Amino acid sequence: MAEVEATATAGRPRLYSYWRSSCSHRARIALNLKGVDYEYKAVNLLKGEQSDPEFLKLNPMKFVPALVDDDAVIGDSYAIALYLEDKYPDPPLLPQDPKKKALNHQIANIVSSGIQPLHNLSVLRFIEQKVGAGESVSWTQQQIERGFTAIENLIQQKGCGGKYATGDEIQLADVFLAPQIYAAIERTKIDMSNYPTLARLHALYMAHPAFQAALPAKQPDAPSCT
Amino acid sequence: MAAVKPILYSAWISSCSFRVRIALNLKGVDYEYRAVTRTDPDYEKINPIKYVPAFVDGDFVVSDSLAIILYLEDKYPQHPLLPQDLKKKAINLQIANIVCSSIQPLQCYAVIGLVDGKLSSNESLQIVRHYIDKGFRAIEKLLEGCDSKYATGDEIQLADVFLAPQIHAGMTRFQIDMSNYPLLERFYKAYMEISAVQDAVPEKQPDAPSPWI
Repeated sequence: MAEVEATATAGRPRLYSYWRSSCSHRARIALNLKGVDYEYKAVNLLKGEQSDPEFLKLNPMKFVPALVDDDAVIGDSYAIALYLEDKYPDPPLLPQDPKKKALNHQIANIVSSGIQPLHNLSVLRFIEQKVGAGESVSWTQQQIERGFTAIENLIQQKGCGGKYATGDEIQLADVFLAPQIYAAIERTKIDMSNYPTLARLHALYMAHPAFQAALPAKQPDAPSCT
Repeated sequence: MAAVKPILYSAWISSCSFRVRIALNLKGVDYEYRAVTRTDPDYEKINPIKYVPAFVDGDFVVSDSLAIILYLEDKYPQHPLLPQDLKKKAINLQIANIVCSSIQPLQCYAVIGLVDGKLSSNESLQIVRHYIDKGFRAIEKLLEGCDSKYATGDEIQLADVFLAPQIHAGMTRFQIDMSNYPLLERFYKAYMEISAVQDAVPEKQPDAPSPWI
């Protein structure tokens, strides 16, 4: 297991994050929902800081986010979310009911395995190289549209009828959906009227303090607009 | 009333389906195997994103291998796949996610790209090998110094359930040089000694092509 030289300050967990990374965004939401005070450590992906030897020791995949909590080092947003769920059980992000729980995992996985990995920075660089400069936006939009269609159908099929994705409380599915919907709107020309449930959820997330504080533009490493 | 057997919608070669087959076998769950192909028109009703596997338990349907396996973990607590210890649990989830988010989806994209004629066979293989090698290098690093029988202990756990199919695919379909990954190579040999894994391999599934064709 990789050794961590400097442990996080005085018991606070430390989150390695990039302001614009939607995976980091998920972890920030989860930490905020759980009311965890954490230290933010920026990793500038555009400058290649994910390849710095110190960061490589934390996450050999060179991905953000990574969470350091005492001697636990976790370099994956899904693993981070479930770690926080165990360590800070209130408020819970997963329902007790195994079927509702499974629906949350299914939605989270459509995002984390079916959509985001196909439009992360390294894949986009490959697409630009292979298909042509400027193709990455339409590529990203295609991947998102495919996944959003599936999630919209799934939520309607399951007929949860609650305020949020799977019920009246914010749950794991919401933690994963919010950054993906935000990125879709911000980076592509997606027509959200095709996804009425997701559009409604987006408005709710944008009005919730825990989600607002996690937004890319609010992070310490977000470029300031002049 | 006799309990209805759960149904697994699966494709023989799908490494995501392979993961769930291993988990079902480890937990001793008797299930009905229903083979699905990519062009099955009715499958969309079972799983809107049209991927395999999907698991049907009475009137409940769940798809996505990690969601299915975590559901099995709740419903069939025998042979638990996640340890109690939070750090060990996290490393299991991290390794599972490296496979299911950072390797397999890109492998799938490259394979489908080849089948659909968008990528040449060289390009397809190059992409697959790039992502498998990146993931395997990272996992090998994460588990550096591991001296247990399997990835995170002496029992098969979630990380192993995800690793076995990915290593199998790497070796049998994509010519990955496993000598670069001594830990993974060692684990794979150990996995293949277990009947739960052997019975789940692609070649043994009802929809696998017959060897004499």
